[in-house]
Amino acid sequence: MNILDIVGPVMVGPSSSHTAGAVRIGQTVGKLLGERVVNAKIGLHGSFLATGRGHGTDRAIVAGLLGLAVDDPRIPESFAEAKKAGLSFSFEGISLMNAHPNSVRLEVTGESGRKLEAIGASIGGGRIRICEIDGLTANFSGEAPTLVVYNQDKPGCIVKVTSRLGEAGINIATMQVYRDERGGHAVMVIEVDQEVPRERIAALEQEEGIEKVIYLCLEE
Amino acid sequence: MYRSLEEICKEAAATGCSFWELIQKDDCRERQIAQEESFVQLQRMYQAMKEADQDYDETLHSRSGLVGTDGGKLEHYVDQNEPICGDFLGRVMEKAVKMGESNACMKRIVAAPTAGACGVVPAVFLSMQEKYHYTDEEMTKALYVASGIGGVIASRAFIAGAQGGCQAEIGSASAMAAGGAVHLRGGSVEAVAHAAAMALKNLLGLVCDPVAGLVEVPCVKRNVSGAVVALSAADMALAGVRSRIPPDEVIDAMREVGISMPACLRETGEGGLAATPEGIKMRDRIMD
Repeated sequence: MNILDIVGPVMVGPSSSHTAGAVRIGQTVGKLLGERVVNAKIGLHGSFLATGRGHGTDRAIVAGLLGLAVDDPRIPESFAEAKKAGLSFSFEGISLMNAHPNSVRLEVTGESGRKLEAIGASIGGGRIRICEIDGLTANFSGEAPTLVVYNQDKPGCIVKVTSRLGEAGINIATMQVYRDERGGHAVMVIEVDQEVPRERIAALEQEEGIEKVIYLCLEE
Repeated sequence: MYRSLEEICKEAAATGCSFWELIQKDDCRERQIAQEESFVQLQRMYQAMKEADQDYDETLHSRSGLVGTDGGKLEHYVDQNEPICGDFLGRVMEKAVKMGESNACMKRIVAAPTAGACGVVPAVFLSMQEKYHYTDEEMTKALYVASGIGGVIASRAFIAGAQGGCQAEIGSASAMAAGGAVHLRGGSVEAVAHAAAMALKNLLGLVCDPVAGLVEVPCVKRNVSGAVVALSAADMALAGVRSRIPPDEVIDAMREVGISMPACLRETGEGGLAATPEGIKMRDRIMD
């Protein structure tokens, strides 16, 4: 938290958690997909479901998927903007297990057919957490460039990834590792201080034992 | 970010720095940026507050229909009558309601510290600039003071209604505005801290009970009370009145009161005004 979290952000109202945070979840999931979103299935949970409509949460999420900023005056008309941009979407009410009250599940499809499913939570003051990606646990804020690396749960995978980042002069800020079962699928969520060049990510995906890499790039 | 107003007072006394300079230095350290960059960014926030005030549209209603048009009513009232509170406070009230309504109508505002409480600081600051003709640079320095106070409250207690009730939102905004106002009038660092404490004390216990869970009723009008309390606390502090409970302990009391509040009074829309027969009727109509 810094002073611009106290006086700021400049945002479209009415609620930092239900509006600005919702825009940011949409934005972050759009960036994680890495291409233009053409379809989105949006599941609202908890307080997002109960009070979201009056707070413009629905329009905020769609605005975020379109890549609009939290202070973009087009947020209230994002449904019309989506039509223009060729983004189709639908809403449903859902009930998630052990989720933050302000949570949304997004199932997005990009223009190349690439798909991504993510659960995001708006945790107050416009700040967010991405809690799950493609069914696997994650926990990151979207405020730093972030690598989500899917790998086989076997010795040596983590060191391959961290040493490749080190060689590229990229400093790791935080790192979490999760797996579904011993010897099964694992995921590393790595927040870094520098942007990771595209070719470095492609090279990581070629490493033995690495299945897929999703990258949250914060540069435009 | 500073965790204590007392620490800020002590550091100011030891270094000769003013309140705003300490907050700016801290910001530069924390975000690893130059002083000019920090200043320009905060000045942009003040500019955004001005623009938001000017962009008010008195014809708009919120999506629920619960709020809108009251800012225009106050403006015309102050224009054509002699308000009981006087012209100056009349304008303060008008600005507070306008900003709260703009927020509810999905217009662009500056969260300070939250969107629900976004009218308090601009109502006090913009009105004081109109009255005393401070430069935008002086206003930006006062905004550092306000953000420093908000930062201490956020780190010792909370600034979200869901955590600590409305006292955490309107109360914090009022403390921020009060400190900023004292700074603008040339008050001491100690007076700034005590103005913040007295504003917060006078809003202690305020519950968060929004009808239908929306940032509309009673949030818009509570921005008025936050702004008026801020100005009265600032005048008390400038007169030499001091909080008998030390400012940091007042903030800690706010935290304890917030923790003791039942969930129905912390932004769930299940208690207080939200649970009145009319509140429930409004909710049911909106949810249809």
